[in-house]
Amino acid sequence: MSRFQGDAGLTARMTTVMFLLGALFVGLIVALMFVMPAQWAPIIGIVGLGIAWWQWYSSDTLAMRAMGAREVSAQEAPELHAMIDRLCTLADMPKPRVGIAYTDMPNAFATGRSPKRSAVVVTTGIMQRLTAEELEGVLAHELSHVAHRDVLVMTVASSAGIVAGMLSRGSQFGAYAGGGRREGNNTLPVWLVVLVVSLVVYAVSWLLLRMLSRYRELAADRAGAHLTMKPGALASALQKITGEISATPSRDLRSSQAMNAFFIAPAISGQSLRTLTSTHPSLEQRLEQLARIEAELGRPAQ
Amino acid sequence: MGFWDVITGRTRPKQANLDALFAVPTAALTMQTSLGLVPTGDGAVCYRAAAGAGFAGTQNDVVELLGASEGAPTVTTSVDEYGFTWLSVDHEPLDPANPDITGLVTDLHAVNTTLEMNGFGPGLLCSLIAFREPGNDADGRSVGLIYLYKQGTFYPFAPTGPQERDNLLEINVRTAIEGDLPVEKDRSRWLAVWGAPGL
Repeated sequence: MSRFQGDAGLTARMTTVMFLLGALFVGLIVALMFVMPAQWAPIIGIVGLGIAWWQWYSSDTLAMRAMGAREVSAQEAPELHAMIDRLCTLADMPKPRVGIAYTDMPNAFATGRSPKRSAVVVTTGIMQRLTAEELEGVLAHELSHVAHRDVLVMTVASSAGIVAGMLSRGSQFGAYAGGGRREGNNTLPVWLVVLVVSLVVYAVSWLLLRMLSRYRELAADRAGAHLTMKPGALASALQKITGEISATPSRDLRSSQAMNAFFIAPAISGQSLRTLTSTHPSLEQRLEQLARIEAELGRPAQ
Repeated sequence: MGFWDVITGRTRPKQANLDALFAVPTAALTMQTSLGLVPTGDGAVCYRAAAGAGFAGTQNDVVELLGASEGAPTVTTSVDEYGFTWLSVDHEPLDPANPDITGLVTDLHAVNTTLEMNGFGPGLLCSLIAFREPGNDADGRSVGLIYLYKQGTFYPFAPTGPQERDNLLEINVRTAIEGDLPVEKDRSRWLAVWGAPGL
């Protein structure tokens, strides 16, 4: 008997979004091939993918440096290490490196190119605020991100957006440099077409990425709760963290905007367009899912 | 995790591997002949208790089941500082000349199967079987033979003080039992379980 129940709806939504992102990338390249001189489209595509690859490949060092995190040894933080040791043994996954970021903002993130080479970072703020049980729930959530290879998935998913972003910059530049040249009187200038296409692609992929990010968070919550078997601990941790973050002045958090996608709770506050553009699902959504898991786990045996 | 599980973000909880425990009596003989370590008859199962009535009921069933058998062991549960439950099974001290731990292994297996049958197999962390050097109780060294359910491997744990372990003894035990049991090759997986019952 297994108490683990997949969420078919979540899987379906997630797969659809990923399919759309892939289609968007293919569409962008095809459109470029029609519009631009033939030799340009593949080069831009390859450079874009190269950037995405590099972001993924060095994600652990980049992210740790961006957050000012320091790797800690088992002697420096024995309890944190022991907690992660036990979770990794329970999940039968390789142990990631462990880092601590010295900031009062309560948060945690996981990063790295593969489960074998990944890092889990917690801030000193989160360690002060959460109980051991809650911290374990957060760590299990982050370890699930590692197991799901979320850095890889999100990087691949964002490649259409990266290429589109490069193109819109490039075509703005082209407007100044080659703006005087025209192929014919009645055709639109190439740079304008490229600019419009790439801006549209960028906007759509941005929305889709946000959506995908929210689904991955829900999936990590689910896997983490099943790992610790204590959905309640993660729920109370989320309540504490989100409450703290919206109370924290946003000017302190400006530097961490780029990291939001991998955090346990987003470090931005603000109400407008929240559901569409947020990297994380709403607290209510997450709590509802955790309540469902608690019911599955607590169901009496026959 | 397979490709599809990565794409869909589904981690199926890892199921425990239960059958390897039955090879322990053979390894216990090896440990006695080569290192003079004798099983004390005590063992424990360490697992994560799930929230809710389902688990509480299952755990009560286990304790009752073990208590009902002939020559019933003392069964106690305690929760450690990491939130894991230790269910310890204490048999009467065994005769050092002819220790037989088949009964203990059967008891531990009963705990595992009951938990697994009720859907709590993914919560099993490790199992411990205690060994001790016979003779004067004060300075006899003690070793726990620990089984990791998810990896399906064993490793020795020899605490000597509050936060100290006897690495040389552990390596000797590993060398002794390598032929009888699958031993955990990754030494970073040799979890220190300070204050585990029976040691």
